[in-house]
Amino acid sequence: MSISFAVIAIGVLALIFGLILGYASIRFKVESDPLVEQIDEVLPQTQCGQCGYPGCRPYAEAIANGDEINKCPPGGESTIKKLADLMGVEPKPLDGAHGEEDVKKVAYIREDECIGCTKCIQACPVDAILGAAKHMHTVLTDECTGCDLCVDPCPVDCIDMVPLVQTTSTWKWDFSVTPKGDIPIKMVS
Amino acid sequence: MTYPSFEKIIDTLDAGKQFSFPGGVHPDDKKSLSNVSPIKTPSLPQLITLPLRQHVGSEGACCVNVGDYVYKGQVLSQATTPYSVPIHAPTSGDVVAIAPHVVAHPSGLTEMCVTIKPDGKDTWGVLTPKQDYTAHSKDSIIDAICQAGISGMGGAGFPTHIKASGSKPVEFLILNGIECEPYITSDDRLMREFAWQIRQGLDILDHLIAPKAIIIAIEDNKPEALKALDIACQDKEKYRRVSVETKYPAGGEKQLIQVLTNREVPRNGLPIDVGVLMFNVGTCYAIADAILHGKPLIERIVTVTGEAVDEPCNFKALLGTPVRHLLKEAKYNANKQDAPKVIMGGPMMGFTLADASIPVVKTTNCLLVPSASELTDGDNERACIRCSACADACPASLLPQQLFWHAKANEYDKAEDYNLFDCIECGACAYVCPSEIPLVHYYRQAKSEIRLQRDEKNKADKAKQRFEARNARLEQEKRDREEKHRKAKEARLAAANSGKSASTAASAAVSADNGTKDKVAAALARAKAKKAALNASPELPSSDSTGDASALSDAREKDTSGNADASVNDKKAQVAAAIARAKAKKAANAKANQTTDTQPMPAASVSTDESRDSIEDEKKAKVAAAIARAKAKKTAAADAATPLESQPNVNESDETAQDKKARIAAAVAKAKAKKAAQSTTVEESRSEDASNSQNKTNDKDAQKQARIAAAVAKAKAKKQQREVTPPKASEVEQHQVQGDSTPQDEKKARIAAAVAKAKAKKALQQKSDQS
Repeated sequence: MSISFAVIAIGVLALIFGLILGYASIRFKVESDPLVEQIDEVLPQTQCGQCGYPGCRPYAEAIANGDEINKCPPGGESTIKKLADLMGVEPKPLDGAHGEEDVKKVAYIREDECIGCTKCIQACPVDAILGAAKHMHTVLTDECTGCDLCVDPCPVDCIDMVPLVQTTSTWKWDFSVTPKGDIPIKMVS
Repeated sequence: MTYPSFEKIIDTLDAGKQFSFPGGVHPDDKKSLSNVSPIKTPSLPQLITLPLRQHVGSEGACCVNVGDYVYKGQVLSQATTPYSVPIHAPTSGDVVAIAPHVVAHPSGLTEMCVTIKPDGKDTWGVLTPKQDYTAHSKDSIIDAICQAGISGMGGAGFPTHIKASGSKPVEFLILNGIECEPYITSDDRLMREFAWQIRQGLDILDHLIAPKAIIIAIEDNKPEALKALDIACQDKEKYRRVSVETKYPAGGEKQLIQVLTNREVPRNGLPIDVGVLMFNVGTCYAIADAILHGKPLIERIVTVTGEAVDEPCNFKALLGTPVRHLLKEAKYNANKQDAPKVIMGGPMMGFTLADASIPVVKTTNCLLVPSASELTDGDNERACIRCSACADACPASLLPQQLFWHAKANEYDKAEDYNLFDCIECGACAYVCPSEIPLVHYYRQAKSEIRLQRDEKNKADKAKQRFEARNARLEQEKRDREEKHRKAKEARLAAANSGKSASTAASAAVSADNGTKDKVAAALARAKAKKAALNASPELPSSDSTGDASALSDAREKDTSGNADASVNDKKAQVAAAIARAKAKKAANAKANQTTDTQPMPAASVSTDESRDSIEDEKKAKVAAAIARAKAKKTAAADAATPLESQPNVNESDETAQDKKARIAAAVAKAKAKKAAQSTTVEESRSEDASNSQNKTNDKDAQKQARIAAAVAKAKAKKQQREVTPPKASEVEQHQVQGDSTPQDEKKARIAAAVAKAKAKKALQQKSDQS
């Protein structure tokens, strides 16, 4: 008799919790995987495809599904470190098969050589190349992510990848280059 | 937010009391080195190099070219954004270069500069002073301040016109004459020597901003400056002079506001958020110069001091003067330094210059040339002993030690959590540090790193947006294309379905888009007809004309059903039918004696004409068909009385080739007549219905039949042509010419006729089956 009470009580509880859980799974349904969003935030968004996926988001999805985190050359070590933190795995060195980490570059079209074929415009993942058929094209430097994708399609090889020039606004203090004593802070009184 | 009320602050100030800010240090001020000698005017330098950007904000667009002669005060760059101010030629001369040059920045990197070679004449350009500034609108005065290129001269270089044009109410206008950093005396000397003009500038600001109270704040280590301003402002009760206790960094904007009003500027906020505006005395002086004399900002007071110069003093230096030139004027003694070293700014917040050719800019208040023993140098950094002296000294109440740990470990997010960006980089913490840790150094590094990361993040976000926008666009284009194709297909089907009714209201659905497709369909139809004609087998004989004639009416129905299924066949059949009818009429006309009706001839020719013209146009073809039908009706009216008469007539004349032709014609006419007779009053609408209903049932069948019929008819036509005798052929030709036909047309018409005939035959067969 007492056993049946216990069974009934547990059964009723199980039913109640089941209903609550069932309701919660509908009420608090998460549409997309928030992890993918977080990984996507960390990736450099160059959309270069060097990881083997067509853009940063597909790679983020792949990482969320267990792919390696060291396939992003534009992001380099810092991105791998952040991804490792996020995914709770050990950071790995960059996978050389996908390219080497390089200085930031932007595409530059040698305009007098451009024949206006629009191939690079179609290749650019971020619409950073401007031009019309049979007219000279040019790169919007500010929008260029340096992904390299426009270089190969060019039939006359008139696109160069130029390293970004450092300006006073992109400069940062670097103690390995300038000694710390360079800035006068301390006075001998 | 709760902060002391205006009245309370005024009471406190009237009582001669002040508030204070936390922390602060008392370094040896070393001001006596340079504040005893009056301001000197240096000789003209060989070259003047003006960076296009000398302030916070974006650089203006250069508006002179290399080789241009510029007058003193002539504008060299135009403001392109609200946050940029122009620059002006400090003296007359030739523009010799517009190129990147090392500028006053700790990085030693280059920025765009205009280089002028002075001609020594110092000829002023046209000046437009606004002596009676009270008569001008405030906007025009603010614009004049902007056009004079004035930006904050205390150090930050914020464009003054932005500050002065705020719309928020201002309780306190504070004139900052603190100059708390050691060594620097430029503001001190300026106040002592140009107190009156500073007061004039203050008048202008008072007029512009109309604050409730004006406070002139001067540190108590500058009694001469205070006295000079006392004299200059003695007639103005509103200009409250306040002597502030000397404590570094009391000259900091937020700190001074705290000292005078006990109000704290919120983080990420501006002084205006607590009802305060602050201007440097140098800025005030420049405003007076710009409004009362029309002179743009082309020079400023620069302190050249330190033990490595023999005559430390203040110079009224033209902007763009190379540092080297001023050092020479101050008699730089290289022997007192181990290595050449010039600091722009003071010993607490300045930075070492990379090159002696770096020019003086709007924010340069001091050039410090220390002797070897004057400032500590190099890396004497030792481990942090956690003494927390830095926290005691911090004027912003931060935890420098925590910031240091996180900055050193590159944990920038944590450093930000400790409010790294509230640090004003005053250097008080580094000054007190017993381990000589260059704390500010780490903060600056961390700040620049974080700023870069933010920039990169913004760029990445933008790239992502653009990437996604592009993907969305490509997707949309693809969808649009598919949609277009689908619609076109639907339209084709609809056109086919609407068939006959298109000539009525349904024709509205047939758009220009359809028109092109109809053309294609028509071309296809022509090609098919030709092919069918070529492939035609000649042996199928023609049945007797009565059958022909009776069948033709059926064939017409089949014809219309053929119309319906696919537009290709629809086209072909329709056109063919029209032509066939036209030809038949013509033939009938030629055989005037047999069929009494001569009337149809011109109408028929019209119909041929039309069908030729519009062979590519479905609508016209339909019109032609309609006309033909109308004609048929007319014929029917004529023939209605003797339908049987025409039949034997046809039979009788079934001998020669021409007879044959006539027979066809007669048959057609007969068929039409019959049909017309059947549906005398019902007319088109009924036939449409009929055709439409038939469409659905036996369209495929009809199509096939039509094709076979075409082949058969072609054969018949050939045979007929062979049989035709030359004169008669010419006669036919004549008729065809009459019908406005070219050889090609003739051919087409023939094919069409053949098709029609074949159909008729087929129909006959069906009929016989039925019966």
